[in-house]
Amino acid sequence: MLAALLIILPLLGGLLVLIAPPQRAKHVTLAVSSVVFVYSVVLAFIFGPHWGTDEFALTGAVTWLDGIGITISLGADSVSLLLVLLTTLLMPLCIWGSFTAITDRLREYYGWMMLLQAAMTGVFLARDLIFFYICFEFTLVPMYFLIALYGGSNRARACVKFFIYTFTGSMITLAGLLYIAWRYAEIAGFWSFDIAQLTSFAVDGLNNYPGLSQYEQAWILLALMAGFAVKVPLFPLHTWLPLAHTEAPTAGSVILAAVLLKLGTYGLYRFVLPMVPLAVVEYAPLIAVIAIIGVLYAALICWVQRDVKKLIAYSSVSHLGFCVLGLFALNPLGVQGSVMYMLNHGLSTGALFFLVGMIYERYHTRDMTQMSGLARRMPVWAFFMVFFVLSSVGLPGLNGFISEFLCLIGAFTASGDAGAYPGVLGPWYAAIAALGMVVAAMYLLIMVGKVVFGPLKEPAVHHSTGEQSHLPADLTLREIGVLVPLAVLCVYIGFQPRTFTGAMEGSIEGVLAEYPATVRQQQILQQADLPHFDNAGLVLTMPESTDIGEVNHDG
Amino acid sequence: MADKIWFLIPELILLAGVVVVSVLGLSPRKMLRDCLPAVTIAFLLIACVVTPFLYDSDHVSRFHSVMPMLGKYVNMMVCIVGILLALTSAGLIDRRQEASVQSGRAVFDALRANRGEYYAFFLLSLIGVMLCAHANDLIWLFLALELTSLPTYVMVAMSRPSRLAQEAAVKYFFLGAMASAMFLYGFALLYGSTGTIVLTEMQAVFTQQADSEAGINTLGIVGMLLALLGIFYKIAAAPMHFYAADVYEGAAAPVTAFLAFVPKTAGMLAIIMLLSTMGWFSPSGNLPQPILTMLWMVAVLTMTLGNIGALLQRSVKRMLAYSSIAHSGYMLIGIIAGPAAGGTGIDGLGAVLFYLLAYGIMNTAAFSVLAGLERNGQEIESLEELAGMRMRHGLMAAVIAISAGSLLGFPPLLGFVGKLYLFIAGVNAGQIALVVIAGLNSAISAWYYLSIVRQSIMAQPGPQSEVVVRGEAIWPRCAAFLAALAVIIVPIFSWGLMKAADRVTNSPDQLDLLSETQAYQAVKTDSRNP
Repeated sequence: MLAALLIILPLLGGLLVLIAPPQRAKHVTLAVSSVVFVYSVVLAFIFGPHWGTDEFALTGAVTWLDGIGITISLGADSVSLLLVLLTTLLMPLCIWGSFTAITDRLREYYGWMMLLQAAMTGVFLARDLIFFYICFEFTLVPMYFLIALYGGSNRARACVKFFIYTFTGSMITLAGLLYIAWRYAEIAGFWSFDIAQLTSFAVDGLNNYPGLSQYEQAWILLALMAGFAVKVPLFPLHTWLPLAHTEAPTAGSVILAAVLLKLGTYGLYRFVLPMVPLAVVEYAPLIAVIAIIGVLYAALICWVQRDVKKLIAYSSVSHLGFCVLGLFALNPLGVQGSVMYMLNHGLSTGALFFLVGMIYERYHTRDMTQMSGLARRMPVWAFFMVFFVLSSVGLPGLNGFISEFLCLIGAFTASGDAGAYPGVLGPWYAAIAALGMVVAAMYLLIMVGKVVFGPLKEPAVHHSTGEQSHLPADLTLREIGVLVPLAVLCVYIGFQPRTFTGAMEGSIEGVLAEYPATVRQQQILQQADLPHFDNAGLVLTMPESTDIGEVNHDG
Repeated sequence: MADKIWFLIPELILLAGVVVVSVLGLSPRKMLRDCLPAVTIAFLLIACVVTPFLYDSDHVSRFHSVMPMLGKYVNMMVCIVGILLALTSAGLIDRRQEASVQSGRAVFDALRANRGEYYAFFLLSLIGVMLCAHANDLIWLFLALELTSLPTYVMVAMSRPSRLAQEAAVKYFFLGAMASAMFLYGFALLYGSTGTIVLTEMQAVFTQQADSEAGINTLGIVGMLLALLGIFYKIAAAPMHFYAADVYEGAAAPVTAFLAFVPKTAGMLAIIMLLSTMGWFSPSGNLPQPILTMLWMVAVLTMTLGNIGALLQRSVKRMLAYSSIAHSGYMLIGIIAGPAAGGTGIDGLGAVLFYLLAYGIMNTAAFSVLAGLERNGQEIESLEELAGMRMRHGLMAAVIAISAGSLLGFPPLLGFVGKLYLFIAGVNAGQIALVVIAGLNSAISAWYYLSIVRQSIMAQPGPQSEVVVRGEAIWPRCAAFLAALAVIIVPIFSWGLMKAADRVTNSPDQLDLLSETQAYQAVKTDSRNP
């Protein structure tokens, strides 16, 4: 039950905050979340021998609703542990980063942050479908209240839209998951929601019964995508995201971009790819096209944004399009790129949201036309801004490059005749998606050019309120402290990606195990289908062949 | 006969309670009148505690009923929710009169005092629900249903001194009478087609008919359809749901909470009793197709109309009335699934019984918040009056947000566990489409449940909510707090409850097999954890 502590500690922290004096709330949560981070690093060492394999470790289970097979069961493989580490790393930074931004209702704020951490960790550690669903859904509540209570002026609309979109999608996902479990129960004679059992049942069947048919898998794919595509978000279900991001408080945006969106891609990785391979092979081109539309469409929107925070929010939509493209390349390179994207996007976009939040705390505006040349006023801030923008556009040597390149090369090589891992995408997909990289460089660098460089122009500061008198012009040590760990990791991943890609290899191969055979089978079927009209004559010869069969049988 | 009396002991205890509270209510001493809720709760507690001992005896084997054990779960559920409801209505009745007596402006007039009668009717109605679970013939079932409903008509009328309440009572009464006529007519047809009014004998006749080539005769099917249609009034299911919003709005909040739970439970039990005569326990295990089709359509219509109706409301009470309609629709999924659907140990009826308990608790939580706060001496009911509740009545705001979340079916609250069980039962019976429709309905309902959360947690206090103060009596707020606590804590232990709900829906034959089944399940559990 080592992993359970990762969920229980933040919950206890949440309770502790409720009884702590309001002014101490931030210190209490910072301490708790730091302890959780240290603990998760310790777990990463305990996990030791399992890195790079597809084994699950740190497992443990408690029965809950026994008769319907629902247990609270936890476990981590290398990919989920990496995402847990991302969560536990970002949480203390988010809390530290909100020290000055949040000034009232402190206990509630930090209490919700702790609950959010527990729920997010639960999603990554769940080995039971229902427990996964509970955590997946429960992340909505803290986020809803973080936006609703601490958000900007349009927060009422933002949080409702966020809630309704996600809730509707995941209701349909629940129906899909229940369907798989029902088919399992029909054959096994009892209900179980164990992810490993259901996955192996969906693909290989059970007790000599075949797994799910292609037709069933297509419907399940649709149901699962309904929930996960909203969360990722994929075009055209992304409209909640810019709104929620713009209205959320800084730490909320960071968490939303860095971790909550990854719940969607993690869902794709953990459920869609392993459970419904037949449907995935059939529909991967369609999903890839949607992802590419998202990449380009969101990138073009970014180009015309004046609100910096909205620009970064849309850039998330664009970037996660790459992430999904990599997943549906169905080869190790693409999926590695995709998982790396989950981590890297968390680091660099998270940091960008921090940076925008720091500006907003000082000037109370995010309008690009109102500010320029801030490098003169805030050189340290400008350094980090340029650094993370470069990481985000994929400058070689920084982390963004690794993941973007892997995703694209994955899609590029995912053609039908590729060696070990034939795919259903191809060079064209990669080529068009790569345009998104070009546009990304344009909009992000234009933004940097306007805001950071050029003649100094500061927005009219609300001196009357005197709110920012306690913040110096440039970043404080606390703020630098929030950014430095992220920057260090960006550089490290940029130069040593093998540490991470190597660690996730085994898990990815496990997820992709079915695909080479499935893709080849599909190709054979398609080739058999193609010459429909040419082989009209063959139909006439059919009786002959059956005769031969009968003769052979007699013989 | 003695066996039957044996199982009526809880009802008899409550009947004693009825006598005691109606006499106590006439007492000129204020202290005695004030302890009426406590006395009611005490009797409910005794009835609740006694129940399990009654069912552990060997009388069960001689108790002729389609589901001999059903009373065990129902009695305890009714008593527990009844205790919460009694807390919610403490200090409600005769408030004005009591206030003037206390201030010395008037002397106590036993002729005008209603408080004792209110609690007497309250207990009588609960007795009606318990009797439903013990019914073994149509007359008994009819009388039990009427015993549940008749007191509620009076309770609506006396719940508050306003014309609205009286209008609601009259409306409720006349439409209720029409519904009773309808299911009575259905009962008559059922008698005509089987020649018996005893449910167990009816079950035998219908099983025989189902095995024959002609199948169940049309008269029986029509009778069942009519009976069900009449009972749909009690559970506020479409197309008999139209009264709900007006009546719920007219009655005072505690009585509305009562209406949303008690007649609904009685109606669900009656539906279970009636349908169990026709198909579930026969070899094929399926209901006749016409009845299944009607139930399916009614379920879909009920949840959709309920949720869409609720979207349009500004009054929280009307909103919760429509939500109560929608919840009846969800529960019908369990009825459609039936007991032991699919042979995987999932019981749709158990899911219904569990959901009834869950619904009773979370619904009472929401209504007791409305009852516990007041504005100008009136309970609050519009959304605007909820605005800014978090700043002025933080705990109540949390309670109403939690109960809204639970009614929405948000994990990990009680409503989620109940709904999950219903959905699993539905999927288990192969009703995928129905479950998907129910899921989409839950998504629709998110909109209005969120508006309750948004008003009470996020909105700034407006002119209408500035003057909202705590009610005089603390008990409704206690009930709200307890119920909300239960909504959070019960899910952790809900498997025990589900198992209890599951077991009581066994037919007598299944009860004989039960020991073997348990052995089988033990083997199954072993094989599951190799």
